[in-house]
Amino acid sequence: MGSISLQNVSKNFGGVTVIPDISLEIEDGQFVVFVGPSGCGKSTLLRLIAGLEDVSGGVIQIDGQDMTRTAPAQRKLSMVFQSYALYPHMSVRGNIAFPLKMEGADKETIDKAVNNAASILNLTDYLDRKPRQLSGGQRQRVAIGRAIVRQPKAFLFDEPLSNLDAALRVNMRLEISELHKKLKTTMVYVTHDQVEAMTMADKIVVLNAGNIEQYGTPLELYTKPANRFVAGFIGSPRMNFIEGDEAKKMGAHTVGVRPEHLSPSKTEGLWAGTVGVAEHLGSDTFLYVHVDDVGQITVRASGDVAFHSGETVYMTPMDGRLYKFDAQGQAI
Amino acid sequence: MATQQTQTAARLMMSPAVLLLLAWMLIPLSMTLYFSFQRYNLLMPGMEYFTGLDNYRYFFANPNFWAALTNTLVLVGGVLAITLIGGTLLALLLDQPIFGQGIVRLLVIAPFFVMPTVSALVWKNMMMHPVNGLFSFIARVFGVQPLDWFGQVPMLSIILIVSWQWLPFATLIILTALQSLDEEQKEAAGMDGAGPLSLFFYIILPHLARAITVVMLIQTIFLLSIFAEIFVTTAGGPGVATTNLTFLIYIQSLLQFDVGLASAGGIVAVILANIVALFLLRIVGRNLDA
Amino acid sequence: MARTISTRRKVIVSAIAWLIGLTLFFPILWTFLTSFKTEGTAIAMPPRFLFFDWTLENYQTVQTRSNYFRHFSNSVITAVGSTIIGLIIAIPAAWAMAFSPTKRTKDVLLWMLSTKMLPAVGVLVPIYLIFRDLRLLDTHIGLIIVLTMINLPIIVWMLYTYFKEIPVDILEASRMDGASLRQEIIYVLTPMAIPGIASTMLLNIILAWNEAFWTLNLTTTRAAPLTAFIASYSSPEGLFWAKLSAASTLAIAPILIMGWFSQKQLVRGLTFGAVK
Repeated sequence: MGSISLQNVSKNFGGVTVIPDISLEIEDGQFVVFVGPSGCGKSTLLRLIAGLEDVSGGVIQIDGQDMTRTAPAQRKLSMVFQSYALYPHMSVRGNIAFPLKMEGADKETIDKAVNNAASILNLTDYLDRKPRQLSGGQRQRVAIGRAIVRQPKAFLFDEPLSNLDAALRVNMRLEISELHKKLKTTMVYVTHDQVEAMTMADKIVVLNAGNIEQYGTPLELYTKPANRFVAGFIGSPRMNFIEGDEAKKMGAHTVGVRPEHLSPSKTEGLWAGTVGVAEHLGSDTFLYVHVDDVGQITVRASGDVAFHSGETVYMTPMDGRLYKFDAQGQAI
Repeated sequence: MATQQTQTAARLMMSPAVLLLLAWMLIPLSMTLYFSFQRYNLLMPGMEYFTGLDNYRYFFANPNFWAALTNTLVLVGGVLAITLIGGTLLALLLDQPIFGQGIVRLLVIAPFFVMPTVSALVWKNMMMHPVNGLFSFIARVFGVQPLDWFGQVPMLSIILIVSWQWLPFATLIILTALQSLDEEQKEAAGMDGAGPLSLFFYIILPHLARAITVVMLIQTIFLLSIFAEIFVTTAGGPGVATTNLTFLIYIQSLLQFDVGLASAGGIVAVILANIVALFLLRIVGRNLDA
Repeated sequence: MARTISTRRKVIVSAIAWLIGLTLFFPILWTFLTSFKTEGTAIAMPPRFLFFDWTLENYQTVQTRSNYFRHFSNSVITAVGSTIIGLIIAIPAAWAMAFSPTKRTKDVLLWMLSTKMLPAVGVLVPIYLIFRDLRLLDTHIGLIIVLTMINLPIIVWMLYTYFKEIPVDILEASRMDGASLRQEIIYVLTPMAIPGIASTMLLNIILAWNEAFWTLNLTTTRAAPLTAFIASYSSPEGLFWAKLSAASTLAIAPILIMGWFSQKQLVRGLTFGAVK
């Protein structure tokens, strides 16, 4: 079983602090996603859990055991790398079998486990190929296969889909989610893509500059962002932020409202503005509206709405969908 | 980029190589340094005593030393001049479109792989022999008096042999550098109205400067210690006409058994080589993103 | 697009290049041809180029008179032996420098190269005395030690440049897969680096095979490799050109072939990365 617990973990490289102080509990069997902008320390945090880097301070427990100083090989974790990191000189079979060979498993066990993993991942026909003969998606599956055969306590994924094209990415996302449902093993997944985070995670850790901004379920982050950073990072298109007098009228330093929570109208509403660009996607319509004294506001209306560039539009936030933040960016 | 464990392992894994090389360098070198201050002849065992700088004084006072030093410089300089100029021209030629380019390349490189004793003996006998050598044959065909190469121009003979061995090295490296020159840069210069000569002096030669410097330094280090070619052809003669520093020290140590004097010479040779090595290491170091 | 080069120009340039190439190669070709002549034909004036009675006699004489094969095997043993021992010492060191570099790595590497630049005569006397006292003169082991040490810096250097090209991810993946450091090096790094290791090996066998300072000074008969054996033909009574040619042909043929395969490595290994 694989619960992971970080207590006051910190990391410096030379004189640079990448992670000041992080404590985090990951429960057994959960799918946890670390998300944040590039350079926020999410990959470093994953490598600390993996043991590929030493912590500068704090304790890492896996399954209740202190693993802070344990070598990566002994942590019983599996990792899927962004570059897939397949062994180029081994066949697919050799790649998947490698962790078991290192454990000293007998040939029969290895064959069984490899065939099993290959059938789960649709790799049976490719077992004797070399990695360079595979497509990106297939390589990704081999990397996952290599991770699952040794039945690790937890899987670590380091931006595994970022080298795939958009269509394949959606597919692999589903496959990984299904895999998690099937295996019920703890997964820790690093990405900068909040859509991946929202769709896959049981719980999301939003990281910024080495600090945890919020830790919660995708819906919690969406409906109750702890601060302006999370509010802005989660959700697409991005939340609109309004500062200054308009915000003060509502008793906050900043107010935020998501584009999908604004009802557009041709006749009346809280704010009035001029449509700059209207994007008609069919299922949705995005309006980029200039509002005097407020700035640009994005509106997402479902269906095809008949607004066009240059027209005046009135917008009203839906009930209870207005977020207020203080001067420090904390939610009020 | 790594954990404490890998760092420790790394240090452990480097240590055999580092310690062995350190021992290989320090132990003999400090012995040489020690001997160089001793009166020490292998023919008179048990008679060693400290003589201070006497060995160095004898060494520098010995006219053979100055002859050897001059010979060393002439040998190094002559070979460098031939191989660098010849190598650059040959590289420019081989960079052109040629029928059977690969084979020509192989032919040109081949001499570098011939062991020094073989090339020296083949040249001395079959090429430069005053009676039966190929050169004397060619000379007679043209009605010229054949040259007694090792009798009349011994140093030139050795320079030619050594140049034949090192010309491929210079050519190969300058050719490699030449091929890394951006084709578009040449075309741009052509558009700007540069003729072949100004193209060579303003674009190609500056691009090759580094490669030529590196070839020069590396060859100098090897050429300072030329030994086998002299050993099997002239044995340093006639007189000391072809005795270089390396050969002089060899004579003093293994033929005259004067350890002290030879060691003093060895230290001088080390200092000479180090001056060149310093320049080379600086170029290498600049290129190293470790 | 480059302008089309006129065929006439190409023919002229090719002719010049071939002429120079053949001239430079001629001494080797001449040695090869002479090895099939009788001693009489070998010194004949005017020289015979192709039309003579070809004979294999010299090759037989070289073997029966002077036990050529023993010197050949001495060369093989010392060149291959020193290269393999060098690789065993250098692979871990190069691993460490490439994948776990510290601030001092660069200095260590440069220092290692600097030992290669130490002139041999500077340490001739002590090495000779140490070898005499340890009874290593004229032994395979003695020669292997020396050749290993003088080529170790180049081996470390070349391996380092090859290892640098291997992505660290893959080594980390093996660590995650439960491989110990030893397993990581044996099962992952080494197989991936095989092309690099092979080229390093090739170049160092060539360098060791042709080494002609220590082989001449530290061996006499028993362990004498081909460099020293051929040198014995320099004495006046040994002036048998056809036999010299036969012995030389056998001595340079294998290395010439290896050398032709290792042109690129030659540049990398001997310029210490200063020319790319």
